[in-house]
Amino acid sequence: MELLNALVAFTNFVGVPAIAYGSQLAIGALGVTLVYSVLRFSNFAHGDTMAFGTMVTILFTWWFQSMGISFGPLPTALLALPLGIAVTMLLVLITDRTVYRFYREQKAKPVVFVMVSLGVMFMMNGLVRFIIGPGDQRFSDGERFIIKARAFKKMTGLDEGLAIKTSQGITVVTAIVVVALLFWFLNKTRTGKSMRAYSDNEDLALLSGINPERVVMYTWLIVATLATIAGVLYGLDKSFKPFTYFQLLLPIFASAIVGGLGSPIGAIAGGFIIAFSEVMITYAWKKVATYVLPESMAPDGLVQLLSTDYKFAVSFAILIIVLLFKPTGIFKGKSV
Amino acid sequence: MSDTVKHSLLFAFVGVLILLEGSTTFGGIFSGSWNSALVILNMGLISAIMALGVNLQWGFAGLFNVGIMGFTALGGLAVVLVSTNPTPGAFAAGGMGILMALVMGALTVVGAVAIYKFMKPGLARTLVLLAVLIVGFFVYRAIFDPSVEAVEAINPALEGNLGGLGLPVLLAWPAGGLLAAGAAWLIGKTALGLRSDYLAIATLGIAEIIISILKNEDWLSRGVKNVVGLPRPVPYEVDLQNDPSFVERAASFGLDPVEGSTIFVKLGYSILFTVVLLALLWMAQMALRSPWGRMMRAIRDNEVAAEAMGKDVTRRHLQIFVLGSAICGLAGAMMTTLDSQLTPGTYNPLRFTFLIWVMVIVGGSGNNFGAVLGGMLIWFFWIKVEPMGIELIKLLTTFMADDNWLKGHLIENASHMRLFTMGLILLLVLRFSPRGLIPEK
Repeated sequence: MELLNALVAFTNFVGVPAIAYGSQLAIGALGVTLVYSVLRFSNFAHGDTMAFGTMVTILFTWWFQSMGISFGPLPTALLALPLGIAVTMLLVLITDRTVYRFYREQKAKPVVFVMVSLGVMFMMNGLVRFIIGPGDQRFSDGERFIIKARAFKKMTGLDEGLAIKTSQGITVVTAIVVVALLFWFLNKTRTGKSMRAYSDNEDLALLSGINPERVVMYTWLIVATLATIAGVLYGLDKSFKPFTYFQLLLPIFASAIVGGLGSPIGAIAGGFIIAFSEVMITYAWKKVATYVLPESMAPDGLVQLLSTDYKFAVSFAILIIVLLFKPTGIFKGKSV
Repeated sequence: MSDTVKHSLLFAFVGVLILLEGSTTFGGIFSGSWNSALVILNMGLISAIMALGVNLQWGFAGLFNVGIMGFTALGGLAVVLVSTNPTPGAFAAGGMGILMALVMGALTVVGAVAIYKFMKPGLARTLVLLAVLIVGFFVYRAIFDPSVEAVEAINPALEGNLGGLGLPVLLAWPAGGLLAAGAAWLIGKTALGLRSDYLAIATLGIAEIIISILKNEDWLSRGVKNVVGLPRPVPYEVDLQNDPSFVERAASFGLDPVEGSTIFVKLGYSILFTVVLLALLWMAQMALRSPWGRMMRAIRDNEVAAEAMGKDVTRRHLQIFVLGSAICGLAGAMMTTLDSQLTPGTYNPLRFTFLIWVMVIVGGSGNNFGAVLGGMLIWFFWIKVEPMGIELIKLLTTFMADDNWLKGHLIENASHMRLFTMGLILLLVLRFSPRGLIPEK
């Protein structure tokens, strides 16, 4: 019984939040990794692309809500999501046409692309703040919980409750669907195969008649989709604030690099590694420890390894350790 | 028009902008206040110094460091540690414990590294390594936590930190440089072997870590409770206003005592900052022209060839990384002195890292004068884009009714256009003048 209680407490405070957060990071990191493998640079504007997509989705959500459209127990934002993705795709394609394409034609060095993406990051960040303002926005509606802590206690007779938020459930389901679709696309379709070919060896791909502009366009479309989905899921789970999304860049980069930049499976694994370490290292283990340990050894402190404010420090400590010992990440990424 | 004339004109242009800020209120863009002109000038000088530091790393050596914010903040921390008075009783209560804990932590890391280096790879090494790290961590926390609690319990409303050495604040500037240099050495030792964009992300993360340490370690810097009222190297306005001889002199310039004293204080800072900037600029120019500078550029342009000529690329990179970061730390210390407070909550990578990059790129990477120009010019626009944006939006929305929600929204959010404008400037310069306003020779 005690052990079961400990397990439930662990799932409630560590497992469920970390799985949801990990899925959000994984979808974000997939976008970073795709840009890296096809366009060959680290996209510093990714966090702000996520913010832009989420902002558009929020605006459509508000519009739907004002017209009285709702999605039953699910958040209205899911209805607005396709529109958000479409607008983000448009923005990203415009950015590529007006900004990145010039440097592709010049065959500029990757570091120049990174500089350029800094400029894009500033502009998108400014745009988002200009349109929706720098404040916090909550836009989740519908049923808040799938399982409530009290209902769970009653159902099982345990002392510990388990609560699963709707947003967490949606996040996991969406993540599975998105990842399955993405892998199907990359491995089975002609366009996906040409993307992989282009990423593996640009010259050979060009020789075999793959149109590079088409590959780049599809990459941006997928990146816009992934970024918007990741952003909306994160916003539903927590809340939307432009600066927070900019800061998400750090754990997302960490996930992509820990897994191995350029490797989609690596991005997913990296997302979960980062999320679990962040949550576990900053979680106060007192409750779980009290259940597991005999009474005489029960801890009197919080048993928290680091305070929650150090969560960025955790992802970067992992990042540095992985980079020092396995410079291409856990799943061999590539280096340009 | 020769290059020298063109470049002098660019500097003159910045000078004219600052003079206009002080003298006219034309179009609602300039404030017409000499105080505000001097505020912009002072931060512009500090920005120019930061840009010099980044230019050293990027322009000379091609190192992509986006952790400037961290070094700036360390400079700020140095001001607290050097110039504030020690908190009575704090060192006795927990200072020794904290120091011992930190030494223990360092020993643990050194021990772990030694084990990793000297034991044969295998299961035994992994287990010993883990054991050392875990035991070390718990010992560290066991000594650290009670000491921190003891220190933070001392007068928490005003102090609750160890305080500083009580030395003159000007000494804190080189100390800030040293602190940043020490951190840069540690970071460079571990991260400089990485590829350029990995180095970028690593430095970005380390800067965040430094900020979160400053925010959370109350015993060190009072965290988000801020340290205010830091000593200053220039006189206080109130003292000047009570000094009859100063009031008389201010009156002879046609200034009332309040305005005269605020301008006098700000001018004092301007002179100090200009002296530092000129000294650093001179040193950077000498370095650029010396064989050392040529070697750096050779390494930047072709690492393999430079290595073949017997240059130790990693060590030279480490050297210049430490030097550039030290300059950023120095500038950070100067900034905290100017503000006379350390507010860890206000450090934001957009403002303290990426804006400095815009300055370097716009000014002209690889050229010290370019970095200085970029620093001053971009800082002016960073401040002034806000009123310009509001004026522009007002102009564009004149045809709308005053109670139109869109108009209200646009005017309210116009101030956020500054990030957008900075991005636009950066992209335009990268596209049409990628070598910057004053290109490398």
